[in-house]
Amino acid sequence: MKFDLKKWIRTGSLKSPWVLHFDCGSCNGCDIETLACLTPVHDVERFGIINVGNPKHADVLLVSGTVNHRNKVVLKNLYDQMAHPKAVIALGACGLNGGIFHDAYNVVGGVDKVIPVDVYVPGCPPKPEAIIDAVVVALGKLKGMLENEDAPGAGEKQADAERDKAANA
Amino acid sequence: MIVKLFFGIVGLAIAPFLGGLISGLDRRITARMQSRFGPPVLQPFYDVLKLLGKTPSAVNAWLILCSYFALMSSAFAVFLFFYQADLLLIFFVMTVGAVFQVMGALSVNSPFSQTGAQRELLQMLAYEPLLIIVFIGIALKTGSFSIESVYAQESPLLYSMPLLFIALGVALTIKLRKSPFDISASHHGHQEIVRGVLTEYTGPQLAMLEIAHWLDVVLILGLCSLFWATSWVGMLILIVITYFVEMLIDNITARLTWKWMLERVLLPSMVLCILNLLWLYALK
Repeated sequence: MKFDLKKWIRTGSLKSPWVLHFDCGSCNGCDIETLACLTPVHDVERFGIINVGNPKHADVLLVSGTVNHRNKVVLKNLYDQMAHPKAVIALGACGLNGGIFHDAYNVVGGVDKVIPVDVYVPGCPPKPEAIIDAVVVALGKLKGMLENEDAPGAGEKQADAERDKAANA
Repeated sequence: MIVKLFFGIVGLAIAPFLGGLISGLDRRITARMQSRFGPPVLQPFYDVLKLLGKTPSAVNAWLILCSYFALMSSAFAVFLFFYQADLLLIFFVMTVGAVFQVMGALSVNSPFSQTGAQRELLQMLAYEPLLIIVFIGIALKTGSFSIESVYAQESPLLYSMPLLFIALGVALTIKLRKSPFDISASHHGHQEIVRGVLTEYTGPQLAMLEIAHWLDVVLILGLCSLFWATSWVGMLILIVITYFVEMLIDNITARLTWKWMLERVLLPSMVLCILNLLWLYALK
């Protein structure tokens, strides 16, 4: 058996997603459901998920609510401070496309108008089960990204970089 | 000499795994105390492996240097412990690591990092005198600062220095950053000062500090084990009981302020220490 540190790191990455939860102008409905995941009923820590407050330690960015012209800078900033590999989850009807606020004068729209989103969770608000499921789906995407990293001509890392570039433009 | 060197190297090789396992068990038992299921016992290893694989994004070179020094000095302190070296030397080596960690946190402008660093200094101010006095007590009893002389004792140190053991327990709680002394890194409430002293350490640097923390846990539990150095079983039981009490305290108390720590904890512990020292002196 060969000692393969990369494989171990990949295992670790999939078993310890630290989530940064950002309320981007949400009504708190989605936020309450997110925090419900941490309670003894759902207990996301059993999957190694920790709700961290620091983008520099986070792996998954969980955004709830519409993006407006005030906080789009903050959202972008948080995304940029997270180290690779990372994933973004947009939460609730507002996070998807602005929801009932979509045509308000101050609203930019969904989260994907500012940063690239990996998983969309519909609902107003989504159930805690759906949020946990979203993190699992995001991990699947992350896994694909990590596995393709050292394959020849792998697109994911490059695509990731391009995505970032597009987001910066 | 060769045997001691062997012990030192083997101890240093085992310590990170032991520390990680203790940390995993801690998280699991803590979860059970809160009627949650809790993460796998190997969770701390997954966390550290993941952090090692993250893209490095330290904001300056100091952070990287300081995390290396913190890890090295923790590792060296653990080596010295298993090498059965001088207690004072172990103490100074351990302190160097803690100081470097604070220096790294102070080298950036983040207010959270700065606050955390100041609070970490206050925590050091609280646990270091306690540790030193415990070592002085050991020296008074055994006549030497060397760990070897502790193992040469015929009856457990706990009989003659129970109050000093309580003080060491307090120092352990502060050093482990367990509630109510979780003031520099807010371990349970990640949001409060966004991990304080650890805010600016990211990816591989954070992983190194995590490993250094495991080593510190092993070292301090090792120091506790010196109080029942006459038998392996007694040593193990003492460590298990001590750590379980630590977890219990961690779960039943809220975080308190640094002022409370200095006034209500450091001062009474010092009184306990001095009473015990006087008693040891009278017995002589």
